[in-house]
Formats: sequence, structure tokens, C-alpha cells
Amino acid sequence: MNNKRIYALEDPHLDETTATAPDELVRRHLQPGRTLLAVLHAIQDEVGFVPPDTVVPLAKAMNLSRAEVHGVITYYHHFRTAPPAAVTVQLCRAESCRSMGSEALAQHIEAHTGCRFGQHRHDDAHPHASGPVALESVYCLGQCALSPTMTINGTLHAKLTPQKFDALLAAATATHTEEVA
Amino acid sequence: MTRIYVPRDSSALALGADAIAEAIEREAAQRDVAVELVRNGTRGLLYLEPLIEVEAADGKRIGYANVEPHDVAALFDAGLVEGKPDVRSHPRCVGVVDEIPYLAKQQRLTFARIGITDPLSTDDYVAHGGLEGLRHALAMTSAAACDALIESGLRGRGGAAFPAGIKWRTVAQAHGDQKYVVCNADEGDSGTFSDRLIMESDPYVLIEGMTIAGLSTGATVGHIYVRSEYPHSIATLEEAIRRARAAGWLGDDVLGSGRRFELFVAKGAGAYVCGEETALLESLEGKRGIVRAKPPLPALAGLYGKPTVINNVITLATVPIIFAKGAAFYKDFGMGRSRGTLPFQIAGNVKQGGLVELAFGVTLRELLVDYGGGTASGRPARAVQVGGPLGTYLPESQWDIPIDYEAYAAVGAVVGHGGLVVHDDTSNLADLAQYAMEFCALESCGKCTPCRIGSTRGVEVIAKIRNGDRSEKQVTLLRDLCDTMVSGSLCAMGGMTPYPVISALNHFPEDFGLETVQPAAIAAA
Repeated sequence: MNNKRIYALEDPHLDETTATAPDELVRRHLQPGRTLLAVLHAIQDEVGFVPPDTVVPLAKAMNLSRAEVHGVITYYHHFRTAPPAAVTVQLCRAESCRSMGSEALAQHIEAHTGCRFGQHRHDDAHPHASGPVALESVYCLGQCALSPTMTINGTLHAKLTPQKFDALLAAATATHTEEVA
Repeated sequence: MTRIYVPRDSSALALGADAIAEAIEREAAQRDVAVELVRNGTRGLLYLEPLIEVEAADGKRIGYANVEPHDVAALFDAGLVEGKPDVRSHPRCVGVVDEIPYLAKQQRLTFARIGITDPLSTDDYVAHGGLEGLRHALAMTSAAACDALIESGLRGRGGAAFPAGIKWRTVAQAHGDQKYVVCNADEGDSGTFSDRLIMESDPYVLIEGMTIAGLSTGATVGHIYVRSEYPHSIATLEEAIRRARAAGWLGDDVLGSGRRFELFVAKGAGAYVCGEETALLESLEGKRGIVRAKPPLPALAGLYGKPTVINNVITLATVPIIFAKGAAFYKDFGMGRSRGTLPFQIAGNVKQGGLVELAFGVTLRELLVDYGGGTASGRPARAVQVGGPLGTYLPESQWDIPIDYEAYAAVGAVVGHGGLVVHDDTSNLADLAQYAMEFCALESCGKCTPCRIGSTRGVEVIAKIRNGDRSEKQVTLLRDLCDTMVSGSLCAMGGMTPYPVISALNHFPEDFGLETVQPAAIAAA
């Protein structure tokens, strides 16, 4: 694994001076008392994912084996090892939302976006296989009295309908296009 | 100046509360009327969200339900701020919020303050009875405090219903150079949101409860483990802890007592099994959330191997009122060995979803009809899953059982964390049973075989039955598998996944394509 690689992220706000080498990224987020899980959160919060070549510096710095670090990253659904798609939809597929038609909504979303749920997030070979919109299943967003629910790029929406989804997706896509332009 | 309340909890935000708050400020500025905008918590009447409230001259708060940003101008025109008679006949107006039967009929003890106060205001918290419990606890010995909690009859509200006071006493009597209080806020069960409402709408009550736990057991450090799906809860708690520290409620000198308690928030990472207490402790230590074998109990060897009180949010948030009003007051609510109140969460296919805090002994039918108001779809309700994804599906014949831990256990059901998910007559229970196994396969930590392998085999067997192989052999195999999972799993993940499966099979065999009557099977279950 090449520790010297520089991350050229697709985010236009990040120029070369803010692009980060893995060693530096890890060092910045190590703090006394912080557990591996907390450091991984800090890294993902900053760059949007946990770059695979932070595994070695993390293992060294925290006196762990690479297997232990890799194990934690891949155990938890929250961590990604590749940059997120421009628009990420997380639809709740748990019981309460099912009782209010989330499965039919999921079919609508797949048909509308041409993408599929269930792309494995740790599948490094196909991080973007589903295109500019990533569809993820989540299990409970805690809004069960207002089912069905989802997040788009982290923002929560409740009492969804197919029409409401289409409007929210269009708005999120437009926001992203503006940011890139 | 007229005070207008717009909730700031994530349910209200998910329905556009921020846009409403902006619209109110804009209208007020344009019309040059002075309003004080308060971002309160939710009242728990989630079917009315976004529910804005305007304080009238007599101090009563008038509610306007399901408000959308474009309603605001019309409401101002009708005299929202001045409280003109016209506005009371506006279709959004629901009258005095405290008098809405859904709220007025409840027994709000743990949730006494939610929605009334600004969740982050320390002044509001104290003005509404906050810190009384902590002050009483500071005057008690450790043993007396644990005895008081045992006397109150409070049992763990996370689902296992273990007497909280016994757990505290075990930790208090354990030897350790460091002890911890851990709050389980990994509320992953579908159909539950009461922990979230506490964290977002009354965070100080949780902080106070954890501080009392620390003082009573000799623990000086507390951690709240919150699931990553709850970013608003995390942000609210972090700010509340910062303010509590600044106010001297936390730190080296709790309320000037010279005693120390520190509190930290830790973020989960999307693993359902981390709601199991030992997996949570592993995760809190930064590792994979793999279940530990018990014994040793966490009370003796918990976080980093030290004696640890680990309780659910609701358990800890109920502690302050018990210490404020006394164990006898709390014990007076409830039935049998289930004392006090439980915050029921009415969810799923229901017209009026929300939080209903009532004493144990209420029936499912009362909750569904009197509070829930029937299904959202308008179709007949068919099954209710009580207690989250690991709870049983109850058919209508079981809706009149008084809700109590023992009465539910007697019919093979669980009260769990008090979540109710309603399904109407279009639901397919075989599909839901298969989903229960799929969810277990997805979320199993993998440590024990019945859960890791059993869940995948369960998906296959249910699929076979649904695909037409309805031989007695397959059904027997499924029951056998479930029996192995119940008896052989290390924790509730594998041990209780069979509950929804078997209850679906027993009560709704027609959904599996099986004959409706299986009296022998039901008797055996």
C-alpha cells in the first residue's frame, strides 16, 4: 500500500493545499482517549470516507494489527471505503416503514433513478457501479410515527410518497450540480 | 411580546420546521410585530407535527398542527400573534395543546417536560422541576440511593426489564479503581423513538439521571453511546453536556458537592447488534461490536473490564423523577411486578402515531383505538408487532391483554422497549417473517453459530415454504431451527429473532400458504 498517495477529491472546494496524505490525515485525528471507532468517524466526517491506505498508519499509530483496523472498518455499515456518490439516498426498509409501503417506494426509486439498492459499500472494485445516485437500505431512522422515511445526503425526510421523493431527488441533484459548476 | 414555539427535534425538522421558523421570523419582521421564537422539543404528538404553539395572554398555549411554510402568512393574517378569535377557527388550529385528549389523558412522568421547554435551556429545566432528584440523591448514601431505586420497582426499559436498583447495588458493592455509567442509546428497534425524544427534547433529564447513577454507585465517568442514525440527538446532547458543565452540574464539583462526574457522547456506526449491552461495550472500546459471553456481568466487569452500570436512556431518564418524588410515588403507577409507566410508541400504519406514556396495565386495543385512531390506510388493522424487530406479532385476539412484562411473557410476547408497529390487512406476515430472518443474517455479529448460520437457513426455509414446498417436513424444520436459535444463541439477536417468525407462523399460517388451523402447533408453541 502506498502511503504517499495524495487524495485528489472531486470536491471543487478542495485544492491541492487541502488534499491530504494518509499519514497526515490519521495524525490529525488521533487524540488521547479517542478509540479507533472515534478516529474512523473523524476521518470519514472530514473526507467523506475512510481511505483504504489509512489502515497501515492507523494500525501503527494505535498499536493494532492491520486486520484489527480493517475488521472494524468493514464490520460497521456506517463506514465507506470509497468516496460517496454525488447523491446518496438512504431509505428505511425496517418494519414500520414496510407497513407504510417502503417496499413499493423502493421499487419506484429504483425505476426512477435506474439504480439499484444493495450495492455493497465495501466493494472497492465497484464503488460507483450504481451511478451518480447511490441507493442504500437503512434500518430505522427513528421516525416510525412518520413512515416511510429516508435521508438524502444526510438530510432527513418523513411521510414520503413517490411524488415527494421525485421532488426531493430533483432538488438534491440540482444542488449538487450547482456546487460542481 | 408573544412567544411562538416551533419544535426543533428531528421529526419536526424532517417535516420542514426550520422553513416554518424562518417564515414566522420573516412575517413578523415584515409586519413589524415583536415575537419571541422558542425552539422547543416535540410534545410527542407526532401526527400533529410540525406543531407550532402560540402563548396566549392567559399563558395557555394554542396549537397549530401540520403547518406548512405557506400557511404562515395566512395564520398571521388571521391574527396568530394577537390570538384573535378568527385564528381559533383556522383549519390548522387544534386549540389548547395541554387539553388535547391524546396528551391530557397520558401519565407523563419520564416525559413530563418534553415539548414544554427549550431542550437546551438550563433555566427552563430548573424552572420545570429539574435537578430536584439530583439534590435529593446528593444527600443520600450510596446504599440508600440503590435501595430507593429497588423500592421504586423500576425495571430496565431497554427490553430485558431487569430491576435497575439491583444492577446499581451490584456495581456499588463491586471493587474497582474506576467505575463507569454507560447509557445505551443505540435505539435500533423499528417502531421505537422514545430514547430519541428524550435526547432531543429533554437531554438534561438524561444527564441528571446518569449523574445520580454515578453518585449512587461510585462511578465518576459516564458515556452515552448513541447510534449514528441519530445525528440530531448527538448534537443536542453534546451541547447540553457543554452547558451542564458550564453550569456546574457536571465536572469535578457536581452542584458544589465536591463530588465528581464527567460525561461523554460516543457515536455508534450502524450496527444493530450494538444495542446488546456487551456488544455495545466492545464498540465503546472502539472494537468490532461482538457480543461477549456472560458471565462476567457488566456490573462486575464491564467497560475496560471495570464495574459498569449499563442502562437504557428511558431507565436513566426515569431516575430523576423517582428521586425527586420518592420511590412510593413512582411505585404507585402500574400493575403486578411492572411498576411505573412505559412510554409506548405508536408507529407504522396508524393514523395518530406518537409517544403515549401510560402506566403498565393499558391494553393494546386502547392504545390503537383511543390514541392511534385506527390505521393510516383506513383498512382494518391485522397484526401489531410489539417490542421491535425481535418482538412477536400479536393478532387481534391478543389485543386485550393488559400490557405488563409477565402477562406478555405468558403468551410468548415481549413488551421490549414499548414500540408498537401496526400492520393493516394488506400485510403479508410470511414476508415479514422472512424479513426478520434476513435482518438477523444482516446484523448478526457472527460470534455464535445459531444466529450466524441459523438466520440464513431461516431465510431459505421460509422461502421454500412460500414457494410451495409446504410439506410438514419444512414447517417442522423451521420450528426446529427456531428452537435451536432461541436456546442456543448468546444474545437476544439470535435468541429472539424466532419470536416474530413463530408468531407469524402460528397466527397467520395462511400467509405461508398453510392451512389456517394448526391447533396442535399453537399449543406446542
